[in-house]
Amino acid sequence: MTRIDISLNGKPHQIESGLTVDALLQQLELDPRKVAVERNLEITPRSDYGAVQIKAGDQLEIVHFVGGG
Amino acid sequence: MDTGASQAEDTPLTLAGRIFNSRLIIGTGKYKTYKQNARALAVSGAEIITVAVRRVNLSDVSQPRLVAFIDPDSVTFLPNPAACFTGEDAVRTLRLAREAGGWDMVKLEVLSDPRHLYPDMIETLRATEMLVKDGFDVMVYCSDDPVYARRLEEAGACAIMPLGAPIGSGLGIQNPVNIRLIVEGANVPVIVDAGVGTASDAAVGMELGCDGILMNTAIAQAQDPICMARAMKHAVIAGRNAYLAGRMAKKRYADPSSPLAGLI
Repeated sequence: MTRIDISLNGKPHQIESGLTVDALLQQLELDPRKVAVERNLEITPRSDYGAVQIKAGDQLEIVHFVGGG
Repeated sequence: MDTGASQAEDTPLTLAGRIFNSRLIIGTGKYKTYKQNARALAVSGAEIITVAVRRVNLSDVSQPRLVAFIDPDSVTFLPNPAACFTGEDAVRTLRLAREAGGWDMVKLEVLSDPRHLYPDMIETLRATEMLVKDGFDVMVYCSDDPVYARRLEEAGACAIMPLGAPIGSGLGIQNPVNIRLIVEGANVPVIVDAGVGTASDAAVGMELGCDGILMNTAIAQAQDPICMARAMKHAVIAGRNAYLAGRMAKKRYADPSSPLAGLI
């Protein structure tokens, strides 16, 4: 299976080609309702997770709420 | 006619059309555990908590999650960009927060210098304009400058949140004159954000006429955070009632409480 290089939360990361955002979150064991995803500086709406395919070179940020002031 | 009843009536805190019965907002940073944080929240009676937005730690996804301890459906999460030093960074972070949480009310905080963590007011005003244009309800951490407070309100801020003292310092309200001037000039809620160290500091802010107090470290870093959360609940209520009651005039000399007539 072909693997592609992406940037994930600021670090180099390899994933299978053809993965959707939804599939990546599943692989990472993250609940899609509790995170937000930014792809190449654009927010990916939650409703699009199943449709958006991750491409080589994509910069992904996955964030959530943590304790803060 | 004096009926003996209190004349002072209060209305609940209203932020961007949402009604809150508690005037205390607490943070979720610096607690020993999220469990302790959740307990402090319950004791404080607060209905809003501030939260930060950060990258998920992908090397250990089994770490405790805030939302596992505090339910976003029963408490209002107020996302704070935290540690952003430009308007663009703050707006980018808050857009992600909106997507993660699904609501529009946020705390804006654009910092300047890590030494004092004062807000960069030029960036803060610019970011407020960007966020309002984008449909956010923006509660703005700001300097205790009445002129900037007015500008923020004109830009559409739904609450003005001047600092009482530097973030995390616990020094208490350093400039009560400015806080009072901001309160008197504002048509939106004014909430002291940062600087409170103990219960009397919170009461002072409320006695100045503020609509609420936002604090994190004062509770989280108290020797007993749960006990301090309880103290803060009562301090905010006490200060609010003192403000509504209207304090006695200060006098330069003593004035006995017992009548002089009938003295034996």
